Amino acid sequence: MKLKQVFTNGIITENPTFRLLLGMCPTLAISTAAVNGVGMGLATTFVLVFSNLFISLLRNVIPERIRIPAFIIVIATFVTIVDLSIKAFLPALSESLGIYIPLIVVNCIIFARAEAFAFKNPPLPALVDGLGMGIGFTLAITLLSIIRELLGNGTIFGVHILYEGYKPMMIITQAPGGFIMLGLLLAAVNALSNRKNNA
Amino acid sequence: MNIVMILVGAVLVNNFVLQQFLGICPFLGVSKKIETAFGMGMAVTFVMGIASLFTYFIQHYLLVPLGMEYMQTIAFILVIAVLVQVVEMVLKKISFSLYQALGVYLPLITTNCAVLGVTILNVTKSYNLIESVINGIGAALGFTLAIVLFAGIRERLTMSNMPKWMEGFPGALITAGLISVAFAGFNGLI
Repeated sequence: MKLKQVFTNGIITENPTFRLLLGMCPTLAISTAAVNGVGMGLATTFVLVFSNLFISLLRNVIPERIRIPAFIIVIATFVTIVDLSIKAFLPALSESLGIYIPLIVVNCIIFARAEAFAFKNPPLPALVDGLGMGIGFTLAITLLSIIRELLGNGTIFGVHILYEGYKPMMIITQAPGGFIMLGLLLAAVNALSNRKNNA
Repeated sequence: MNIVMILVGAVLVNNFVLQQFLGICPFLGVSKKIETAFGMGMAVTFVMGIASLFTYFIQHYLLVPLGMEYMQTIAFILVIAVLVQVVEMVLKKISFSLYQALGVYLPLITTNCAVLGVTILNVTKSYNLIESVINGIGAALGFTLAIVLFAGIRERLTMSNMPKWMEGFPGALITAGLISVAFAGFNGLI
Protein backbone atom coordinates (compact mmCIF):
# COMPACT_ATOMS: atom_id res chain seq x y z
CA MET A 1 0.00 0.00 0.00
CA LYS A 2 1.25 3.45 -0.90
CA LEU A 3 1.78 5.98 1.85
CA LYS A 4 -0.74 8.38 0.36
CA GLN A 5 -3.34 5.65 0.37
CA VAL A 6 -2.54 4.81 4.00
CA PHE A 7 -2.97 8.48 4.86
CA THR A 8 -6.35 9.04 3.16
CA ASN A 9 -7.61 5.68 4.41
CA GLY A 10 -7.98 7.11 7.92
CA ILE A 11 -9.55 10.37 6.79
CA ILE A 12 -12.16 9.04 4.36
CA THR A 13 -12.38 5.31 3.59
CA GLU A 14 -12.09 4.11 7.17
CA ASN A 15 -12.88 7.28 9.09
CA PRO A 16 -12.78 6.10 12.72
CA THR A 17 -15.90 8.00 13.75
CA PHE A 18 -18.17 7.79 10.71
CA ARG A 19 -17.12 4.43 9.28
CA LEU A 20 -15.66 2.30 12.08
CA LEU A 21 -17.67 3.87 14.94
CA LEU A 22 -14.70 3.81 17.28
CA GLY A 23 -13.90 6.25 20.06
CA MET A 24 -17.52 7.18 20.68
CA CYS A 25 -17.09 8.17 24.34
CA PRO A 26 -14.92 11.27 23.82
CA THR A 27 -16.79 12.08 20.59
CA LEU A 28 -20.09 12.32 22.44
CA ALA A 29 -18.81 13.70 25.70
CA ILE A 30 -16.69 16.70 24.78
CA SER A 31 -18.24 17.83 21.50
CA THR A 32 -20.15 20.60 23.27
CA ALA A 33 -17.86 23.37 22.02
CA ALA A 34 -15.68 23.58 18.92
CA VAL A 35 -12.54 24.40 20.93
CA ASN A 36 -12.94 21.19 22.94
CA GLY A 37 -13.39 19.16 19.76
CA VAL A 38 -10.18 20.49 18.24
CA GLY A 39 -8.29 20.04 21.52
CA MET A 40 -9.43 16.47 22.01
CA GLY A 41 -8.78 15.67 18.35
CA LEU A 42 -5.22 16.97 18.45
CA ALA A 43 -4.45 15.28 21.78
CA THR A 44 -5.69 11.96 20.41
CA THR A 45 -3.75 12.47 17.16
CA PHE A 46 -0.55 13.04 19.12
CA VAL A 47 -1.05 9.83 21.10
CA LEU A 48 -2.02 7.87 17.96
CA VAL A 49 1.02 8.97 15.98
CA PHE A 50 3.54 8.25 18.70
CA SER A 51 2.01 5.02 19.97
CA ASN A 52 1.78 3.71 16.40
CA LEU A 53 5.40 4.71 15.75
CA PHE A 54 6.76 3.11 18.93
CA ILE A 55 4.67 -0.04 18.71
CA SER A 56 5.85 -0.46 15.14
CA LEU A 57 9.48 0.03 16.19
CA LEU A 58 9.06 -2.53 18.98
CA ARG A 59 7.01 -4.98 16.96
CA ASN A 60 9.85 -7.49 16.66
CA VAL A 61 10.73 -7.24 20.36
CA ILE A 62 7.24 -7.60 21.88
CA PRO A 63 6.19 -11.26 22.17
CA GLU A 64 2.84 -11.95 20.55
CA ARG A 65 1.26 -13.27 23.76
CA ILE A 66 1.81 -10.21 25.94
CA ARG A 67 1.25 -7.62 23.22
CA ILE A 68 -1.93 -6.19 24.80
CA PRO A 69 -0.27 -5.17 28.12
CA ALA A 70 2.70 -3.86 26.11
CA PHE A 71 0.36 -1.72 23.98
CA ILE A 72 -1.33 -0.44 27.12
CA ILE A 73 1.96 0.72 28.61
CA VAL A 74 3.12 2.47 25.43
CA ILE A 75 -0.25 4.19 25.00
CA ALA A 76 -0.57 5.13 28.68
CA THR A 77 2.90 6.71 28.60
CA PHE A 78 1.99 9.07 25.77
CA VAL A 79 -1.39 9.83 27.33
CA THR A 80 0.37 10.83 30.55
CA ILE A 81 2.68 13.12 28.56
CA VAL A 82 -0.32 14.77 26.90
CA ASP A 83 -2.24 14.99 30.18
CA LEU A 84 0.60 16.69 32.07
CA SER A 85 1.42 19.02 29.15
CA ILE A 86 -2.18 20.19 28.76
CA LYS A 87 -2.47 20.71 32.52
CA ALA A 88 0.71 22.81 32.48
CA PHE A 89 0.25 24.88 29.32
CA LEU A 90 -3.52 24.96 28.66
CA PRO A 91 -5.23 24.84 32.07
CA ALA A 92 -8.55 26.09 30.65
CA LEU A 93 -8.70 23.25 28.11
CA SER A 94 -7.69 20.78 30.81
CA GLU A 95 -10.59 22.04 32.91
CA SER A 96 -13.18 21.50 30.18
CA LEU A 97 -11.87 18.14 28.92
CA GLY A 98 -11.39 16.88 32.48
CA ILE A 99 -11.47 13.14 32.95
CA TYR A 100 -11.60 12.50 29.20
CA ILE A 101 -7.88 13.24 28.73
CA PRO A 102 -6.65 10.30 30.87
CA LEU A 103 -9.42 8.26 29.25
CA ILE A 104 -7.67 8.56 25.87
CA VAL A 105 -5.86 5.43 27.11
CA VAL A 106 -8.97 3.35 26.55
CA ASN A 107 -9.97 5.03 23.28
CA CYS A 108 -10.65 2.06 21.01
CA ILE A 109 -9.22 3.86 17.96
CA ILE A 110 -5.71 3.77 19.38
CA PHE A 111 -5.96 0.13 20.40
CA ALA A 112 -7.47 -0.87 17.10
CA ARG A 113 -4.73 0.84 15.08
CA ALA A 114 -1.99 -0.65 17.27
CA GLU A 115 -3.41 -4.12 16.83
CA ALA A 116 -4.56 -3.91 13.21
CA PHE A 117 -1.84 -1.78 11.67
CA ALA A 118 1.19 -0.72 13.71
CA PHE A 119 2.03 -4.20 15.00
CA LYS A 120 2.24 -5.54 11.43
CA ASN A 121 3.84 -2.68 9.51
CA PRO A 122 7.16 -0.79 9.42
CA PRO A 123 7.52 2.51 11.33
CA LEU A 124 6.94 4.98 8.48
CA PRO A 125 3.57 3.61 7.28
CA ALA A 126 2.54 3.16 10.93
CA LEU A 127 3.29 6.84 11.61
CA VAL A 128 1.38 7.92 8.51
CA ASP A 129 -1.54 5.68 9.46
CA GLY A 130 -1.64 7.24 12.94
CA LEU A 131 -1.59 10.72 11.42
CA GLY A 132 -4.37 9.89 8.94
CA MET A 133 -6.58 8.28 11.56
CA GLY A 134 -5.90 11.14 13.98
CA ILE A 135 -6.84 13.77 11.40
CA GLY A 136 -9.94 11.78 10.43
CA PHE A 137 -10.99 11.68 14.09
CA THR A 138 -10.20 15.38 14.59
CA LEU A 139 -12.26 16.40 11.56
CA ALA A 140 -15.22 14.29 12.63
CA ILE A 141 -15.25 15.44 16.25
CA THR A 142 -14.71 19.08 15.24
CA LEU A 143 -17.60 18.90 12.76
CA LEU A 144 -19.90 17.47 15.43
CA SER A 145 -18.82 20.04 18.01
CA ILE A 146 -19.23 22.95 15.58
CA ILE A 147 -22.82 21.85 14.87
CA ARG A 148 -23.59 21.37 18.56
CA GLU A 149 -22.03 24.67 19.60
CA LEU A 150 -23.86 26.54 16.83
CA LEU A 151 -27.30 25.13 17.65
CA GLY A 152 -26.85 24.89 21.40
CA ASN A 153 -25.14 28.19 22.00
CA GLY A 154 -25.37 30.22 18.79
CA THR A 155 -21.59 30.51 18.52
CA ILE A 156 -18.64 28.86 16.77
CA PHE A 157 -15.30 28.95 18.60
CA GLY A 158 -16.98 31.38 20.99
CA VAL A 159 -17.84 33.89 18.21
CA HIS A 160 -21.52 34.76 17.81
CA ILE A 161 -22.69 33.59 14.40
CA LEU A 162 -26.46 33.40 14.51
CA TYR A 163 -28.71 36.43 14.41
CA GLU A 164 -29.38 38.57 17.46
CA GLY A 165 -32.11 37.12 19.68
CA TYR A 166 -31.55 33.49 18.61
CA LYS A 167 -32.83 31.20 21.37
CA PRO A 168 -30.17 28.53 21.88
CA MET A 169 -31.42 24.94 22.00
CA MET A 170 -30.01 24.03 25.36
CA ILE A 171 -30.63 20.32 24.93
CA ILE A 172 -28.14 20.08 22.07
CA THR A 173 -25.19 20.80 24.34
CA GLN A 174 -26.51 18.49 27.06
CA ALA A 175 -26.14 14.71 27.10
CA PRO A 176 -29.24 13.75 25.04
CA GLY A 177 -28.28 16.22 22.32
CA GLY A 178 -24.95 14.44 21.88
CA PHE A 179 -26.60 11.13 21.06
CA ILE A 180 -29.23 12.67 18.81
CA MET A 181 -26.90 14.95 16.85
CA LEU A 182 -24.37 12.16 16.27
CA GLY A 183 -27.22 9.88 15.16
CA LEU A 184 -28.46 12.48 12.68
CA LEU A 185 -24.92 13.12 11.42
CA LEU A 186 -24.33 9.38 10.88
CA ALA A 187 -27.68 9.10 9.11
CA ALA A 188 -26.65 11.97 6.81
CA VAL A 189 -23.29 10.30 6.07
CA ASN A 190 -25.10 7.02 5.34
CA ALA A 191 -27.63 8.69 3.07
CA LEU A 192 -24.87 10.48 1.14
CA SER A 193 -22.74 7.39 0.65
CA ASN A 194 -25.81 5.32 -0.36
CA ARG A 195 -26.66 7.85 -3.03
CA LYS A 196 -23.05 7.81 -4.27
CA ASN A 197 -23.07 4.00 -4.49
CA ASN A 198 -26.36 3.91 -6.33
CA ALA A 199 -25.41 6.56 -8.87
CA MET B 1 -27.28 8.57 54.28
CA ASN B 2 -24.25 9.71 52.36
CA ILE B 3 -23.80 6.22 50.95
CA VAL B 4 -27.41 6.04 49.78
CA MET B 5 -26.93 9.39 48.06
CA ILE B 6 -23.82 8.13 46.27
CA LEU B 7 -25.61 4.96 45.19
CA VAL B 8 -28.71 6.73 43.87
CA GLY B 9 -26.53 9.37 42.26
CA ALA B 10 -24.38 6.81 40.50
CA VAL B 11 -27.23 4.60 39.29
CA LEU B 12 -29.80 7.18 38.20
CA VAL B 13 -28.81 10.82 38.34
CA ASN B 14 -25.27 10.72 36.97
CA ASN B 15 -25.85 7.59 34.94
CA PHE B 16 -22.48 6.73 33.42
CA VAL B 17 -23.71 5.89 29.96
CA LEU B 18 -26.58 8.29 29.50
CA GLN B 19 -25.32 11.38 31.28
CA GLN B 20 -21.53 11.09 31.34
CA PHE B 21 -20.80 9.17 28.13
CA LEU B 22 -18.62 6.54 29.75
CA GLY B 23 -18.77 2.99 28.42
CA ILE B 24 -20.40 3.90 25.12
CA CYS B 25 -18.51 1.25 23.11
CA PRO B 26 -20.02 -1.79 24.87
CA PHE B 27 -23.31 0.12 25.20
CA LEU B 28 -23.60 0.31 21.42
CA GLY B 29 -21.72 -2.87 20.63
CA VAL B 30 -23.22 -5.48 22.97
CA SER B 31 -26.83 -4.33 23.12
CA LYS B 32 -28.49 -6.33 20.38
CA LYS B 33 -30.01 -8.88 22.79
CA ILE B 34 -31.24 -8.54 26.37
CA GLU B 35 -29.41 -11.63 27.68
CA THR B 36 -26.00 -10.64 26.36
CA ALA B 37 -26.54 -7.09 27.55
CA PHE B 38 -27.32 -8.36 31.04
CA GLY B 39 -24.25 -10.64 30.99
CA MET B 40 -22.05 -7.73 30.03
CA GLY B 41 -23.60 -5.62 32.77
CA MET B 42 -22.91 -8.24 35.41
CA ALA B 43 -19.31 -8.72 34.27
CA VAL B 44 -18.75 -4.96 34.37
CA THR B 45 -20.33 -4.68 37.84
CA PHE B 46 -17.98 -7.36 39.13
CA VAL B 47 -14.85 -5.78 37.67
CA MET B 48 -15.80 -2.21 38.59
CA GLY B 49 -16.44 -3.15 42.22
CA ILE B 50 -13.10 -4.90 42.56
CA ALA B 51 -11.25 -2.25 40.54
CA SER B 52 -12.57 0.52 42.83
CA LEU B 53 -11.29 -1.45 45.83
CA PHE B 54 -7.82 -2.17 44.44
CA THR B 55 -7.17 1.24 42.92
CA TYR B 56 -8.08 2.81 46.28
CA PHE B 57 -5.22 0.91 47.91
CA ILE B 58 -2.87 1.63 45.01
CA GLN B 59 -3.64 5.35 45.17
CA HIS B 60 -3.46 5.81 48.95
CA TYR B 61 -0.79 3.33 49.97
CA LEU B 62 1.49 3.36 46.94
CA LEU B 63 1.20 6.42 44.72
CA VAL B 64 0.55 9.12 47.35
CA PRO B 65 3.32 8.05 49.82
CA LEU B 66 5.80 7.84 46.95
CA GLY B 67 4.63 11.19 45.52
CA MET B 68 3.96 9.59 42.16
CA GLU B 69 0.36 10.69 41.52
CA TYR B 70 1.33 11.50 37.94
CA MET B 71 1.66 7.74 37.33
CA GLN B 72 -2.06 7.35 38.10
CA THR B 73 -3.26 6.64 34.55
CA ILE B 74 -0.58 4.02 33.86
CA ALA B 75 -0.93 2.37 37.26
CA PHE B 76 -4.73 2.20 37.14
CA ILE B 77 -5.01 0.83 33.63
CA LEU B 78 -2.43 -1.84 34.46
CA VAL B 79 -4.33 -2.80 37.61
CA ILE B 80 -7.54 -3.08 35.59
CA ALA B 81 -5.90 -5.15 32.85
CA VAL B 82 -4.40 -7.52 35.43
CA LEU B 83 -7.69 -7.73 37.36
CA VAL B 84 -9.65 -8.62 34.25
CA GLN B 85 -7.11 -11.31 33.44
CA VAL B 86 -7.23 -12.71 36.98
CA VAL B 87 -11.03 -12.63 37.11
CA GLU B 88 -11.09 -14.52 33.83
CA MET B 89 -8.71 -17.22 35.10
CA VAL B 90 -10.42 -17.60 38.47
CA LEU B 91 -13.87 -17.83 36.92
CA LYS B 92 -12.63 -20.49 34.51
CA LYS B 93 -11.48 -22.60 37.47
CA ILE B 94 -14.37 -22.20 39.91
CA SER B 95 -17.47 -21.52 37.87
CA PHE B 96 -17.17 -22.67 34.32
CA SER B 97 -20.80 -21.94 33.51
CA LEU B 98 -20.45 -18.32 34.60
CA TYR B 99 -17.17 -18.13 32.71
CA GLN B 100 -18.90 -19.33 29.58
CA ALA B 101 -21.72 -16.88 30.06
CA LEU B 102 -19.37 -13.91 30.55
CA GLY B 103 -16.36 -15.27 28.68
CA VAL B 104 -16.63 -13.24 25.51
CA TYR B 105 -17.13 -9.95 27.33
CA LEU B 106 -14.41 -10.21 29.93
CA PRO B 107 -11.45 -9.18 27.73
CA LEU B 108 -13.55 -6.30 26.36
CA ILE B 109 -13.88 -4.82 29.83
CA THR B 110 -10.24 -3.67 29.93
CA THR B 111 -10.98 -1.10 27.26
CA ASN B 112 -14.34 -0.11 28.73
CA CYS B 113 -13.75 3.50 29.70
CA ALA B 114 -16.36 3.28 32.46
CA VAL B 115 -13.98 1.15 34.55
CA LEU B 116 -10.99 3.48 34.28
CA GLY B 117 -13.38 6.41 34.53
CA VAL B 118 -14.88 5.37 37.84
CA THR B 119 -11.48 4.74 39.43
CA ILE B 120 -10.25 8.19 38.40
CA LEU B 121 -13.51 9.83 39.53
CA ASN B 122 -13.18 8.12 42.92
CA VAL B 123 -9.83 9.83 43.37
CA THR B 124 -10.89 13.26 42.10
CA LYS B 125 -13.95 13.22 44.37
CA SER B 126 -11.72 11.98 47.25
CA TYR B 127 -14.09 9.20 48.30
CA ASN B 128 -13.06 6.93 51.16
CA LEU B 129 -12.80 3.17 50.76
CA ILE B 130 -16.47 2.32 51.27
CA GLU B 131 -17.70 5.26 49.21
CA SER B 132 -15.36 4.28 46.38
CA VAL B 133 -16.63 0.71 46.23
CA ILE B 134 -20.28 1.84 46.48
CA ASN B 135 -19.70 4.38 43.74
CA GLY B 136 -18.05 1.72 41.57
CA ILE B 137 -20.86 -0.77 42.02
CA GLY B 138 -23.54 1.88 41.68
CA ALA B 139 -22.08 3.23 38.46
CA ALA B 140 -21.88 -0.32 37.09
CA LEU B 141 -25.50 -1.03 38.05
CA GLY B 142 -26.47 2.17 36.28
CA PHE B 143 -24.57 0.90 33.24
CA THR B 144 -26.43 -2.44 33.46
CA LEU B 145 -29.79 -0.69 33.75
CA ALA B 146 -29.07 1.50 30.74
CA ILE B 147 -27.74 -1.28 28.52
CA VAL B 148 -30.61 -3.69 29.35
CA LEU B 149 -33.25 -1.02 28.69
CA PHE B 150 -31.51 -0.12 25.47
CA ALA B 151 -31.23 -3.77 24.35
CA GLY B 152 -34.94 -4.26 24.98
CA ILE B 153 -35.79 -1.36 22.71
CA ARG B 154 -33.28 -2.43 20.05
CA GLU B 155 -34.76 -5.94 19.91
CA ARG B 156 -38.01 -4.34 18.85
CA LEU B 157 -36.37 -1.83 16.54
CA THR B 158 -35.02 -4.62 14.34
CA MET B 159 -38.61 -5.58 13.52
CA SER B 160 -39.70 -2.08 12.59
CA ASN B 161 -39.49 -0.66 9.13
CA MET B 162 -37.06 2.25 9.14
CA PRO B 163 -35.59 4.21 6.22
CA LYS B 164 -32.43 2.50 5.01
CA TRP B 165 -30.09 5.29 6.07
CA MET B 166 -31.48 5.23 9.63
CA GLU B 167 -30.95 1.51 10.15
CA GLY B 168 -28.29 0.39 12.60
CA PHE B 169 -26.24 2.99 14.44
CA PRO B 170 -28.05 6.22 13.52
CA GLY B 171 -31.36 4.83 14.78
CA ALA B 172 -29.68 3.32 17.84
CA LEU B 173 -28.01 6.62 18.74
CA ILE B 174 -31.23 8.58 18.49
CA THR B 175 -32.96 5.94 20.65
CA ALA B 176 -30.17 6.34 23.19
CA GLY B 177 -30.71 10.09 23.06
CA LEU B 178 -34.39 9.66 23.92
CA ILE B 179 -33.57 7.35 26.86
CA SER B 180 -31.07 9.97 27.96
CA VAL B 181 -33.82 12.62 27.93
CA ALA B 182 -35.88 10.34 30.17
CA PHE B 183 -32.98 9.90 32.58
CA ALA B 184 -32.45 13.65 32.73
CA GLY B 185 -35.74 13.64 34.63
CA PHE B 186 -33.95 12.05 37.60
CA ASN B 187 -31.93 15.24 38.06
CA GLY B 188 -34.24 16.45 40.81
CA LEU B 189 -33.70 13.35 42.96
CA ILE B 190 -30.62 14.64 44.74
